[in-house]
Amino acid sequence: MNTRQLAKVAKRIGFWALIALIMVYAVFPFYYAVVTSLKPSSDLFRVELWPSSWNLDNYAHIFSQTSFLRAIFNSIVVAFSVVFIALLFGLTASYALGRVRFRGRSTVLLVILGVSMFPQVAVLSGLFEVIRSLNLYNNPAGLILSYTIFTLPFTVWVLTTFMKQLPMELEEAAIMDGATPWVTLTKVFLPLMWPAMATTGLLAFIAAWNEFLFALTFTLTDAQRTVPVAIALLSGGSAYELPWGPIMAASVVVTVPLVVLVIIFQRRIVSGLTAGAVKG
Amino acid sequence: MASVKLEKVNKTFGRDHIIKDVDLSIGDGEFVVFVGPSGCGKSTLLRLIAGLESITDGDLIIGETLVNDLPPRERGVGMVFQSYALYPHMTVYDNMAFGLKLAKTAKETVHERVMSTAKILQLEELLHRKPKALSGGQRQRVAMGRAMAREPRILLFDEPLSNLDASLRVQMRNEIARLHNRLGSTMIYVTHDQVEAMTLADKIVVLNRGNVEQVGNPHELYQRPATKFVAGFIGSPTMNFMPAELISGGADGCRVKAAGLSEVPLPQAAHDYPKGTSLTLGVRPEHLRLEAPTADNCFDIVNVEYLGNEVYVYLDPKEGDTLLIHRSEAPSQWKEGQQVSLVPNTEHVHLFDESGTALKLAQTRSAA
Repeated sequence: MNTRQLAKVAKRIGFWALIALIMVYAVFPFYYAVVTSLKPSSDLFRVELWPSSWNLDNYAHIFSQTSFLRAIFNSIVVAFSVVFIALLFGLTASYALGRVRFRGRSTVLLVILGVSMFPQVAVLSGLFEVIRSLNLYNNPAGLILSYTIFTLPFTVWVLTTFMKQLPMELEEAAIMDGATPWVTLTKVFLPLMWPAMATTGLLAFIAAWNEFLFALTFTLTDAQRTVPVAIALLSGGSAYELPWGPIMAASVVVTVPLVVLVIIFQRRIVSGLTAGAVKG
Repeated sequence: MASVKLEKVNKTFGRDHIIKDVDLSIGDGEFVVFVGPSGCGKSTLLRLIAGLESITDGDLIIGETLVNDLPPRERGVGMVFQSYALYPHMTVYDNMAFGLKLAKTAKETVHERVMSTAKILQLEELLHRKPKALSGGQRQRVAMGRAMAREPRILLFDEPLSNLDASLRVQMRNEIARLHNRLGSTMIYVTHDQVEAMTLADKIVVLNRGNVEQVGNPHELYQRPATKFVAGFIGSPTMNFMPAELISGGADGCRVKAAGLSEVPLPQAAHDYPKGTSLTLGVRPEHLRLEAPTADNCFDIVNVEYLGNEVYVYLDPKEGDTLLIHRSEAPSQWKEGQQVSLVPNTEHVHLFDESGTALKLAQTRSAA
């Protein structure tokens, strides 16, 4: 083996070592959560990479609590509603912003972008007043409203960029065929926008699914809570005990659907995210 | 099928005046080609007729109806786009059926129309395919099929062949011509390619900077261009232009002296122009003869191009930078570096005044 081959092998090894490092860094917390969730509570604080004994007690425990099931249901309702509303408004807004020429179009786009720059805490108190005056306090509808405010800006931006790239002649062909703007949008543009819709929809879903601050502030009772809050408020046998086992089990349960969704849509996410980069 | 009439049509975009007072009448079943350099407004004019742009001023009449304010679907026009603009997610069948379905046509009628259109364009085998699985020529035919399926009264083509390679372009050009012969529908076709214009058109409309320069059949445009612009635009290689001076002129002919040529008698009536007016003499490459040089008529041959069936001889002009071109059948005796005299065929010489307008032929000639 000469030095050249040696250098090549060394490079290879270095490359894979780096990848392994990144993998460990990214996956280890999740792995440890899974492992912890499978341990009996007596073993919880024994540090080990592979549990010496494991069972599903923690899962049985959380699924026996109706408040947790209720929270999952609330989360599903909230997240899907947010995705649906954000995509509907995002798509129609992007048609207007990407296709219709009107005065102040770029100003509108900049304002939309500006809104998404505010940290959640900054608008929390104002939004609280809005939600109370709309009588939506302690109601999932209030969460849907507040999440939509934060997901719409990037939905509109991504979809507008994508919409602008669709050839003008396509729309004109539809006009010549007698299509109204609504028909053009739903029958011609919508089928072509799936990659972008999948990307933005999934990002909106993740944002709504994982959101904690608004969910904690705008809900009061167990029956109205979403999953992140429900997990945080899981209580143990006494006020001085944190039930790590059930918390980890609950976290794994709510994370798995996201992982599955991302794996299903991963191709589309990549093509959707890079869609704006290169003309294709 | 219908006639189209434009009366003093104008189009402005902001401050830009794109179409200026265009008057045009297109007969039922005519194949009309709009031709001109890029930016001359030919595509805009087509889009005005299609209804994709609104008319700023003037009247557009299709058939018997004023259609200025009608949306495209009510004008009865079909359009073929330069980039085809097929719906990528639909099959060929659905692409052609889309407009019909939107018009709430009965299902059997939709099927019947799509199938008959597909038959005319030989698309029957491809009906289930998506556009990305088609070749350029096939996409082109689908685009035509989509425009034809709704049986529009007028078919519009916006540079439909410019995305195809050269050999396919010739083939599609033939197909379009045959299609027109078979359907007999009114067609309006936009191109910047004068060969397409000459070969396809019943009537050519030459546009320049939003103005109609000349309307006529290909023969008229080639033989009797109304302006210097048309003369230079139609024909390849282009017409030779030489600065000239009017020596004497009357109603029945004139005498002209061009730079480097001896005085020539020409059949144009020049009684409206004073003696000594500077004119431009235009003569096509095939209407020149090369002869042995004389003292006052002597040009240098700077290049000879052999094209197989014909030969182009390039001559150094006495004034200006544009080389003069002579075209003849191959083989040719002329070599680079030789000196020759130029003898124009006076029947085919054109004269243009300073505004670019062609001088008319004397009355006696046209009567004879």
